[in-house]
Amino acid sequence: MMTNPTGRLTQGQFSFLPDLTDAEIALQIEYGLKKGYAWSVEYTDDPHPRNTYWEMFGNPMFDLKDAAGVMMELNACRKTFPNHYIRMMAFDSTRNTESITMSFIVNRPAKEPGFGLSRQEVKGRSMHYTVHSYATDTPEGERYGR
Amino acid sequence: MNKPVDSGLVTEATDITADAKKRYSAGVLKYRQMGYWQPDYVIKDTDTLCLFRITPQEGVDPVEAAAAVAGESSTATWTVVWTDRLTACDSYRAKAYKVEPVPGRPGEYFAWVAYDLILFEEGSIANMTASLIGNVFSFKPLKAARLEDIRIPVAYVKTFKGPPTGLIVERERLDKFGRPLLGATTKPKLGLSGRNYGRVVYEGLKGGLDFMKDDENINSQPFMHWRDRFLYVMDAVNKASAATGEVKGSYLNVTAGTMEEMYRRADFAKELGSVIVMVDLVIGWTAIQSMAEWCRANDMIMHMHRAGHGTYTRQKNHGVSFRVIAKWLRLAGCDHLHTGTAVGKLEGDPLTVQGYYNVCRDSYTKTDLPRGLYFDQDWADLKKVMPVASGGIHAGQMHQLIDLFGDDVVLQFGGGTIGHPQGIQAGAVANRVALEAMVKARNEGRNIIEEGPAILKKAAEFCSPLKAALDTWGEISFNYTSTDTSDYAVTPAVA
Repeated sequence: MMTNPTGRLTQGQFSFLPDLTDAEIALQIEYGLKKGYAWSVEYTDDPHPRNTYWEMFGNPMFDLKDAAGVMMELNACRKTFPNHYIRMMAFDSTRNTESITMSFIVNRPAKEPGFGLSRQEVKGRSMHYTVHSYATDTPEGERYGR
Repeated sequence: MNKPVDSGLVTEATDITADAKKRYSAGVLKYRQMGYWQPDYVIKDTDTLCLFRITPQEGVDPVEAAAAVAGESSTATWTVVWTDRLTACDSYRAKAYKVEPVPGRPGEYFAWVAYDLILFEEGSIANMTASLIGNVFSFKPLKAARLEDIRIPVAYVKTFKGPPTGLIVERERLDKFGRPLLGATTKPKLGLSGRNYGRVVYEGLKGGLDFMKDDENINSQPFMHWRDRFLYVMDAVNKASAATGEVKGSYLNVTAGTMEEMYRRADFAKELGSVIVMVDLVIGWTAIQSMAEWCRANDMIMHMHRAGHGTYTRQKNHGVSFRVIAKWLRLAGCDHLHTGTAVGKLEGDPLTVQGYYNVCRDSYTKTDLPRGLYFDQDWADLKKVMPVASGGIHAGQMHQLIDLFGDDVVLQFGGGTIGHPQGIQAGAVANRVALEAMVKARNEGRNIIEEGPAILKKAAEFCSPLKAALDTWGEISFNYTSTDTSDYAVTPAVA
């Protein structure tokens, strides 16, 4: 259990709100599709804040223009990785953006052990800090009681 | 003008540059006779264009005043000099090409002036500003002058490196997308020890903010040495990052008396692992460009606090509009820029403020008179600046803020976080919940301007800190008339 006010990992657009229902997720997907974004489903069992590259559950769905199709991919990912973190990501290929424009978590492990902070004292009062994910003390694939 | 001596050679005709003998005879000519007024001038794509608002002294002809502005901001001196004839002086003369009365402002005129590409050193805002807002602003025949807007040609834009990071890459580094970022300025501004200061930073970040911020006048005063602040703040940042699993930051203000000292402070911030440093606008253009260089070399986001701008941006008859300052800062290079809130405690007409935001974030800024944008500006793929809304805003205004400014903005709730009745973490939670609820509702297609208060109230049902925030500040607004608004007529007036 993490000790921040939400008790859980707060990455993404909506972590401070109650979990989005599938209908609510579909509305967000539709919003992105109307803007011309391509959706992607990504999952991980290492949610370190600087773990940029979660695993892709297939390529971004550039040609999928319908929220129901995107939801099918999400549900397939949930079925395969029920205890992983899963996030929806929207990509915008517009010149001068060409990056991610939406990102929110849609699946979490039952228990979120969070992170420890290691301090290494160096040079007088300076510190070197390392954020350590407790989950990664366990091998890949076994981290959230799978 | 101060009664220029018509040399006898001169007619009242406008431009006499075609006749070199007349033009360069010793004496004093009218500016418009010297080539600084060219109503038929054909603008080049490589010209810098400036729009000045001028208030000529009683009896001074507006066209002559406009020509004088062109002259005094380029090559002219008060008398004719024969040494002009050693040069390709036509290129160096700025050309006033249009003058119109300002709609609804008797005695004031808009004057458009074009500057050739050769006039400004590549990559130097200091050089450009020394011309454009140099002597001309103290020129006696004008009661007042204001640089309203500027069009910088692509050819000159490309000589600048712009923001060290840019808002797109900043989001990638922070792993935060699709919503405004949230910040707060550590308060009180003055008097906290480093240890107490870090406490505020920790509580705010753990509660849900993305950033905390040093205030503009926090440097290294007797109550808190800068190294102490950096050390405690970075402990707070890292602890909060571990507690939330998010990248967090606190703008470490490295503003100091010399460049050497600023570099020293910035290096220490980097050594401690900060993702961002901060400077104040008052350090000056060259120092800003130098710090941007440093940030580029050190993977650092650069936060710009616009301390001091109100001394020259606020009054509409004299000074430099903030939209011009914002354009120069985007060229000079900063990643965050305070650009106003419209709804908060500080000066700002909503449309005018939106104009500043457009200047920071557009790939191509279109002419938009209600927003004070008088020129098209092609940014030539220059990185975008993240605008910062800070000063007297609170969670109850979330729908207005998101409607006005969209997602690419840092919303800073200082008092609205730290002054929360249930504590700093609760204040941060209230702001983050209000933000996420409003973004979600907007994306779902709801009309947040109409339904905003209801959306917040609904979110407050599952979030007691938000309820407390709305109960405390829900009704507070700062409805004063803005001094700096755009003056334009729906149909352009005839000169």
